[in-house]
Amino acid sequence: METAQKLNDTAQTNPAARMAQEPETMNQRIPYPERTIGKPLCDDPKMSMRNVDVFYGDSQAIYGVDLDIGKNEVIALIGPSGCGKSTFLRCLNRMNDTIDICKVKGSFMLEQDNIYDPKLDVVELRARVGMVFQKPNPFPKSIYENVAYGPRLHGLANKKFELDEIVENSLRKAGLWDEVKDRLDQPGTGLSGGQQQRLCIARSIAVSPEVVLMDEPCSALDPIATAKIEELIDELSGQYTIAIVTHSMQQAARVSQRTAYFHLGRLIEVNDTNTVFTAPEHALTEAYITGRFG
Amino acid sequence: MDRSHFGQHSSSQFNDEMESIRSHLMEMGGLVEKQVIDALQSLLQADSELAERVLENEDKVDSLEKLIDGECARVLALRQPAASDLRMIISVTKCVSDLERIGDEAAKVAKMSLELAEQGESPRGYVEVRHIGNHVRTMLGDALDAFARFDVQKAVDVAAEDNEVDLEYRSAMRALVTFMMEDPRSISSVLNIIWSLRALERIGDHAKNIAEQLIYMVKGKDVRHISVDEVARHADVSRPK
Repeated sequence: METAQKLNDTAQTNPAARMAQEPETMNQRIPYPERTIGKPLCDDPKMSMRNVDVFYGDSQAIYGVDLDIGKNEVIALIGPSGCGKSTFLRCLNRMNDTIDICKVKGSFMLEQDNIYDPKLDVVELRARVGMVFQKPNPFPKSIYENVAYGPRLHGLANKKFELDEIVENSLRKAGLWDEVKDRLDQPGTGLSGGQQQRLCIARSIAVSPEVVLMDEPCSALDPIATAKIEELIDELSGQYTIAIVTHSMQQAARVSQRTAYFHLGRLIEVNDTNTVFTAPEHALTEAYITGRFG
Repeated sequence: MDRSHFGQHSSSQFNDEMESIRSHLMEMGGLVEKQVIDALQSLLQADSELAERVLENEDKVDSLEKLIDGECARVLALRQPAASDLRMIISVTKCVSDLERIGDEAAKVAKMSLELAEQGESPRGYVEVRHIGNHVRTMLGDALDAFARFDVQKAVDVAAEDNEVDLEYRSAMRALVTFMMEDPRSISSVLNIIWSLRALERIGDHAKNIAEQLIYMVKGKDVRHISVDEVARHADVSRPK
């Protein structure tokens, strides 16, 4: 019966001993990849950006980003604060033009059109590429006027009933119609935060944009209002191309088909959202997703 | 991904929770390994007392299973883990049920050992039990070591071992069935050995599952239900001999 005895001698049944054998590795700084990992480009892009550098004065905020945004897809831009994701988003409809010290280099194409073409009408561009901001910012006008303002400015409706139709449709798409249809003449600022944000979304889709940019659209909202906005993003995704910047990684995971991870001005990884959240390819993405920094 | 990875969350509470899950898993692994060794020894040495002890300790295994699953559910609810953390939680919950099943199989062996002690020992089969028992015990230990060290190569080796155990099990079966045909009086006692071998073979399968879960946890590749060659390729390690 020595065998049995031998079994016991060689057994490592002590968990402490087992765990003590583990090699400890130093926590090293993770290097940037030479180029973006994953699939930053796609076959049917709505927008294509190449070699994008952005400077604020002397300091560089974005380094050589190449990225395509596919037609009718929802792409989430994530990354720690100051990584350049909002800056990048704002380049897409030239919101950075308003900042004097901001210099943008690289090519930005919206289908066949160069976004930074000096001959391009910026107002028209922003009708094609709409934006929803972090804090709801309705105009200090009635709910109706908030939505009607854009279509009227762009001459999308000639008659009152056409304008009425656009307002109703936009509010319906934004999931707000039933809540406000009886008080369209009341000020938009009187709505709750979540309603205001949906009003802003209605306002941006009223001019039938091709792309909607969202810069943390839910960060000032409670979970129920957030869920409604997410539901809305999901419904809009069939008709619009949406790029969303978010700090909530669960939100990115829920609403997007592709996820782009920015880190200190560099685009580290772009992949299917599913891949990014279950098995990201780059260690920096992994570290951010799992809450190891940021 | 290596194991130092788990101490680096911005939230130190999260670190503690993950560490606690890991150490409980290792504790459960150690306990189950001991159960297998004791069950085997009770059978080979006809030691009824040891067999009784194995049956008593089953409760401990079960309560560790519940404890670890509870901890995992808590992390899922409170931390919404992603990427490697998510994979770790998923693979730990699966490993825990494999470990619990291994515990059950060890208890079966212990019961057979008690039966044999009552009926008198089997005329054949102890050599096979010792051989296959040793083999699966090593596999289980290696799978647990691999889990502790995030050692993917070792996990692939374990997955490869399982094929050999299956071969040994089949040839033992043939030998014992032939023996029973020649000596029908021995059937009831040899059957006890056969049940034990069956339990040991299952332990090998569960050890393989644990190794596969480790590969999923470290590499993010699902390597279930594919050949050993493919497992090695997915895991980026050399194929075991």
